[in-house]
Order: sequence, then C-alpha cells, then structure tokens
Amino acid sequence: MIVLDLTINGRLVRVQVAPLTRLLDFLREHQKLTGTKEGCGEGECGACTVLVDGLPVVSCLVPMGQLDGAAVTTVEGLTAVGDPGLQRLQEALLDAGGTQCGICTPGIVVTAHALLDARSRPTLEEIRDALAGNICRCTGYTAIYEAVRRAAEPVP
Amino acid sequence: MTTIGAPLRRKEGLAKVTGRAVYLDDITRPGLLWGRTVRADVPGGRLERIDFAPGPPWDEIVVVTARDIPGRNVVPLIADDQPCLVARDIQHREEPVVLLAHADRQVLARAVAAIRLVVTPAPAVLSLAAATDVLSELTLERGDLAAGLAGADLVVDGTYETGAQEHLYIEPQAMLAEVGEDGALTVWGSLQCPYYVRPAVATVLGLPEDRVRVIQTTTGGGFGGKEEYPSMIACHAALLAVKARRPVKIVYERGEDMRATTKRHPSRTRHRVGVSRDGRLLALETEFVLDGGAYLTLSPVVLSRGVIHAPGPYRWPNLRIRGRVMRTSYPPHGAFRGFGAPQAIFALEVHLDRVARALGIDPVELRRRNLLRPGDVMATGQPVEPGVDPLAVLDRALDASGFAARRAACDASNTGVSAVKRGVGLATFFHGAGFTGAGESKLASEAALRLGADGRVEILASSAEIGQGAATTHAQIVSEALSVPYEMVSPAVVDTAVVPNSGPTVASRTVMVVGGLLAQAAREMVDRLRAQAGLPRPHTPADFAVAARAYTDAHGPLLTRARYSAPAGWQWDERTLTGEAYAAYAWACYVAEVAVDTRTGETEVTDFVAVQDVGRVVNPVTARGQVHGGVCQGLGFALYEDVVWQEGGMANARMTNYIVPTSADTPPIAVVFCQGEASPSKGLGELPMDGTAPAVVNALNAALGAEIARIPALPERVLQATLPA
Repeated sequence: MIVLDLTINGRLVRVQVAPLTRLLDFLREHQKLTGTKEGCGEGECGACTVLVDGLPVVSCLVPMGQLDGAAVTTVEGLTAVGDPGLQRLQEALLDAGGTQCGICTPGIVVTAHALLDARSRPTLEEIRDALAGNICRCTGYTAIYEAVRRAAEPVP
Repeated sequence: MTTIGAPLRRKEGLAKVTGRAVYLDDITRPGLLWGRTVRADVPGGRLERIDFAPGPPWDEIVVVTARDIPGRNVVPLIADDQPCLVARDIQHREEPVVLLAHADRQVLARAVAAIRLVVTPAPAVLSLAAATDVLSELTLERGDLAAGLAGADLVVDGTYETGAQEHLYIEPQAMLAEVGEDGALTVWGSLQCPYYVRPAVATVLGLPEDRVRVIQTTTGGGFGGKEEYPSMIACHAALLAVKARRPVKIVYERGEDMRATTKRHPSRTRHRVGVSRDGRLLALETEFVLDGGAYLTLSPVVLSRGVIHAPGPYRWPNLRIRGRVMRTSYPPHGAFRGFGAPQAIFALEVHLDRVARALGIDPVELRRRNLLRPGDVMATGQPVEPGVDPLAVLDRALDASGFAARRAACDASNTGVSAVKRGVGLATFFHGAGFTGAGESKLASEAALRLGADGRVEILASSAEIGQGAATTHAQIVSEALSVPYEMVSPAVVDTAVVPNSGPTVASRTVMVVGGLLAQAAREMVDRLRAQAGLPRPHTPADFAVAARAYTDAHGPLLTRARYSAPAGWQWDERTLTGEAYAAYAWACYVAEVAVDTRTGETEVTDFVAVQDVGRVVNPVTARGQVHGGVCQGLGFALYEDVVWQEGGMANARMTNYIVPTSADTPPIAVVFCQGEASPSKGLGELPMDGTAPAVVNALNAALGAEIARIPALPERVLQATLPA
C-alpha cells in the first residue's frame, strides 16, 4: 500500500492504495465514479478514457502508483463544472445522434473535449484521428464527427 | 401532432452523454459476490473428474457444478440440447463446467486457475469440410431448374465464403442474480430478450416462471449477441446466488466474452447461375452451408432467413436453393444482425458482378434488367408489396452517389502508374422484417399503455433499448397516435414484473411489429377516453390531460393493450418456404468506393452511399444511426474482422488483434431514405448489414480486376487475388 495525494474532479484527496491498482478500478470502486466504463481492459477500446493533467489517457492501463500529485478528470467532473463548451458537445451528440448504446460515450466525450480544447476548429481528418482510440460499435462514427464539428462552430 | 418523422432527442440520451446511465457493472448490492466460469478448454471429450488444487481458500469459495442444478440442466431454446453446465460430455472448448463465486476477484482468479478438469479427449470436428452431422436443412424451389440451366446461353459458377464475426458490443455480457427473502429470484442484466431469460432461469432452477423476475439494465450494445447467450449467464449467476444465498454478479472479461459467446455463422455458398446473352437471369442453383457449431441454438431460423434471402430482389423463373447447417465442435454460432441474410446476400451480389463480367455487360445493367418490379412475385410466392419500386431505389443510389462519373474517374485513375487502384461497386438487396413466416403469429406479442392521472402515458413493452432507439421511436409512435407531446410518453423499465411479453428485441421487428401494437393500444386509449371521459374529436394536448384526469378520477389508471394477429388470408408453409415470408421488406442499394494499395493489399473505403426504402421513417436521427452503424459493422465484416480458430477456440480473442473499424477507417457515410410518407414503417436495424460487404468487395474486384470471393478481404487475401493465376 502507498499513500498518494491527487486531485479527482477538482477535489484534493489523500488515498491509500496498492500501487498497481488500475486507475479505472480506483475511480469506479473506491470513488464510485461509474461514468468511466471498462470495455476491454487492455487500452484498445477507449471507453475508460479520462483526463490526467488535461490529457486523455485510458485509465485501465494506468497504475495508481504513477499518479501522486496528478489531476484526474472524469466525465462526471467535466459535466459538473458546467463548461459551456462541454455542454455544446453533449448537446451536439444528442442532436446529431452521436450516442446510441452509450457505453463508449463517456470516453468519446472526454476525448472530443480534449480535442476541442486543443483545436478550436478541427478538420474532419483531425477529428477522425483524435477519436481513433475510441471504438464505437453503434454509430459508425459519422454522427460523432458531425457532433464534434457542430460543437466547434462559433456560438452565434 | 406530427411526432413521427421528427428528429427528437433519444429518451435516455442525456443520461448517456453525462455518464449517468447505469449499466449492469455499475450496480452493486449488499454482500455482493463475483462469479466466474471454468470452461472445458478442450474441443471434445468426456469429463471424468474435477480436481481442486490446494492454495485457494476453498471453504470461502462457492462452487457450483452440474450436480447442484435443482431443475433441468438445459438452456432451453428451439431444442433443449445445450446444457447449462457440462455433466459428462464436452461438445466444444468453451463449455461451462464449474462456476465459482467469491467477494474478492483476485481470490476468484486464483481459484479458477487451481481447478483441473480430468478429461478423456474425443475427436472434434473442426472444419465444415469434415462435418457430417446435419443440424437443419431446407430447400426453396421455383420453376424448373434443369430446364432453366439447359436453356441458358451461359452458366457461371462461383463459391463464396464468409467468416465468423464477433458482435463486439462495447459493454461485455453481464448479469446479477439475487434471491429474495421469499425465495424468488431477481436477475438484472444486459440483454435483448427478457422473456428468453425468464423461462431459462426457471427451467434450470426448477421454479415456476412467476418466481423469476428479469430486469434489463442499460444495455451497451447487443447486435444479436445479447439475444440467446444472456440466458446462459443468467442461469449461472442464479445457480451461484441460490447456493451462496448472496447476490452474485458475473461480468465477462473481454477475452472470455469473445471466446465463449456466439458469433455470426461462417458460411460457404456455391452458386450456379444460368443467364441469357442479353443478361436475363434464367436459373439459380445454390448450395448454402452454415457452420452451426456444437448446438442447435437458433440455427434453423438463421438458415431459413438465409435461404429466403439467397435469391435476392430479382426475378428468377427457375431456382433451387438448398440450405444446410452443419454441426461442428466450435462454440455455437448464433444471432447476429442480419441473421443469415448477410452471408447469402454477400454471395449473390458478388456473384452477379462475376456474371456481368462473364457476359461483358455493366453490373448495373444486369441488375436493372432483373430487379423485381411492382406486381412481381418473389421466390417464396409472396408478391412485391404495392408502392415499392426496387428500380427507383437503384436509380436513386446511382444518382446520389454519382455512380457513372465516379466509375469513370476510377477507370481514368487506374490507367496511370499509381500502385493505388480505385474502384466503385454496388449491391442491390432487400431484408424481410419481423419473424419469418408464422413466427409472429406463434409469438402473439403483447404490448400495453398505461395512462396516469397526470396525463402521462407509460409504454409497457418488453422491447429493450439497446442503443437502436427503441425507447425513442416507440414514444414517438405513441405520442402521434394519442396526439400528446413526446415528453408525456415514456417507456417503463423493461422488467418482467411490469411489462408484458412483446417478443424478443430482434429481427428488425421493434418499430414495425411492437410499434404497430403500441399504435393500436393508443387508438384504443383514445376511443376509451372519447367514450368514457368526454375527450373531444379532434383533441388538443390540454383536452387529453383533462380527459385523463376525469377518467382516472372515476376509474383509476387506464390500461389498454394489443396483441398481434396476422392479417387475414396469410399463408406460410415452413417446409417449402412458400407463402408470406415477411410482413414487409425493406429495399436498398449501397454504393462503395475503395482505394486499394496493390503493394500492401490494404484497402481504404473512401466513400459510401446507402440508399433505402424502409417506409415511413419514425426518427431520422436514430434511423440514420442504424444505417451508419450497420454499414460500419459491414465494413468490418468485409475487410477486417477475422476470427482465427485454433483447436476449436478463438485464438485472437482480444481487441488488439480482432480488428473492428475505428474512426480512422470509417469515412462519413451518406444515407438516403426514399421514404413513402404514406407507407407504414418497415424494419431497418438489420438491413444495412446485408449490402455493405458485397458493395465493398465488388468495388475491390472492380479496382483490381480480381475475383475476391472470401471475406474478410484481409490484405494478404487481396494480394493473393491479384497474383497472376
């Protein structure tokens, strides 16, 4: 067991965990943040994507031992902040049809939000490239491309 | 109130985009144990003994074997041939033998590893060629095949193969079972068919069905993969929960899910087509063979759909389709979006391009000359529905895709020195919606509506929202039929204690069949409110609210229900496959453009246009979503998704090496609905799976001048197809 200080969704916490505990399990089981999903457990599907210090990572491959002092943000944390850009993205996903079964959606929201933070008007190629680590089996991605594009449009 | 056709937001959408939707693995219960499954791990044999090696704290671990089953050791489906746990005979590698439960998943993992099965091996059947046991067979015949072939100017043969395909829903299979104080069982799960799970659990536990309650949790994709297999897992969780007297959750790890659960039936189709010099199809002789795996599961129905779809949407004066499902030693293959039709349509559409090349005519022209037309009769004897025009669908697709110009551009590009060749291809096809033949009559589905004092209407149906939009489209259908706002209508949780049996959530039947029942229940609700609560004709939403209050004050909640019965005069002979095969067909033409690198064999789909007539579209956003997703799964079926078998098991059971399309592989997909506003809504969910792979392979063959006849068209197969003979 080790003791870590980290920030979870803006809240500073001190935790005692086994260093090889997966960030995914820590979030879901210790923190009861079940918005982050497990699809494959080997970093391929992207359903467990969260932000660590602002960058998207797959939380199933991150051991807690690496996270002393880190800031972790999940879909719940992004939503709670009420960021207008995030709300536009979530609304655009609803309107364009970018969510179906929804299990990949939290990961898509986190990844697309990080993209829109980095690139205010991403091209289709940039959107396809950014999302290439988030597998969606329902939407065929087309409506997700559309939603990200709409979320990036200037607010009228 | 015109709700139908409006791009309304999905009912559960907000919960999904905010991460608040609750899936099975997000649920916990006091005293929860985790369950795991120990599998045979040999493709055939006889179980002699189960050894428990020392190490794990066995006194803390709940152990269930076949001997602990209080009821019948069978997962009932069409035939009661598949055991819930192996008692003696092992028929495939992934058969469950021992179930374990413990509160700590690491202890559980050690326990799984400490179990040794002592097995006397038996021979296994590991190829279709070696299979001799016929699980199911069917023949569809029309006209005089021999005369048709004899009268042909040209006879073209071809053999086509499709591989197994894994559903790869992103939420793995998951179930939680709990025994109540009264001994009744509640099962929560990720599933498509609550009324398949309930009788299965009751059978295995030896309980009356009303002592088992099944509740669907938010389901992270199904595609058919959560049609029959969840019954098995529910039985396992229930057996453990009963023995442990504690709630037990089973969530499959991805690898276990990929190895053990069903996949699309691999197929081999041999076609012989007789055609006249001017491109009239005269005769079709087809042998359609599916690998069923070790148990019957749903194979006979998959086969009948495959055989009925094998002739495609064409006029065949003479044909004979012989279909068979063979037993092998693979884990049973099962339901997967399209259900036999994608395999059959792939073979026919790729073969028609071969026929066109042999004749030296344009593949578009070959289809144009032979497509069914209004007034024509299909191979089953069913007439083409009035108002349908397959030729118009073809023309719309040619127009929407700019087919002629696109093909000319590909041809021009291919005359250059570039190693990247371009091609455009199409497929014309149909998909019958709802259960085949008398299936819907046998199901006799029920659906109901409940009106409360606040004027809100609850939908009571067992149709599971699995991402396809069932909750949303049903609410739109009811809202329109009642003339009340969409927001006033919502589906009840799919819980067998609450909703009637509306049949399984499969076969593109949810909008067409169950939606039809809901519309009927809504019309009855309006009639009752007119007769008993003074609802005026026509009425406003405010009138409806007043009448709802008046009715419920006097009588309590108003419940109206509807039950399916087939239209008068419908006939179906399930032996000869003749009569009304389906209540309706959806018609489509898909166009793919590819760029293939002749040095690496890598194919990129550069453009895709999907045109279809599915009748009236209930929600354009969810309907487009069904096409986008089905096409994307079809791209995987065509190009990437290769199940590698080794000693009867899936060797590449990981997302690292079972490759599904990512955003990098998937171009934006253009979708066109040739919708008849006046025509009723037809099934859509499976249609897009049927035509995508043949359109892609026809484009590949056009680009390369090749004869690729086996999918997935992996780079090595593409390279092989381009080698000089």
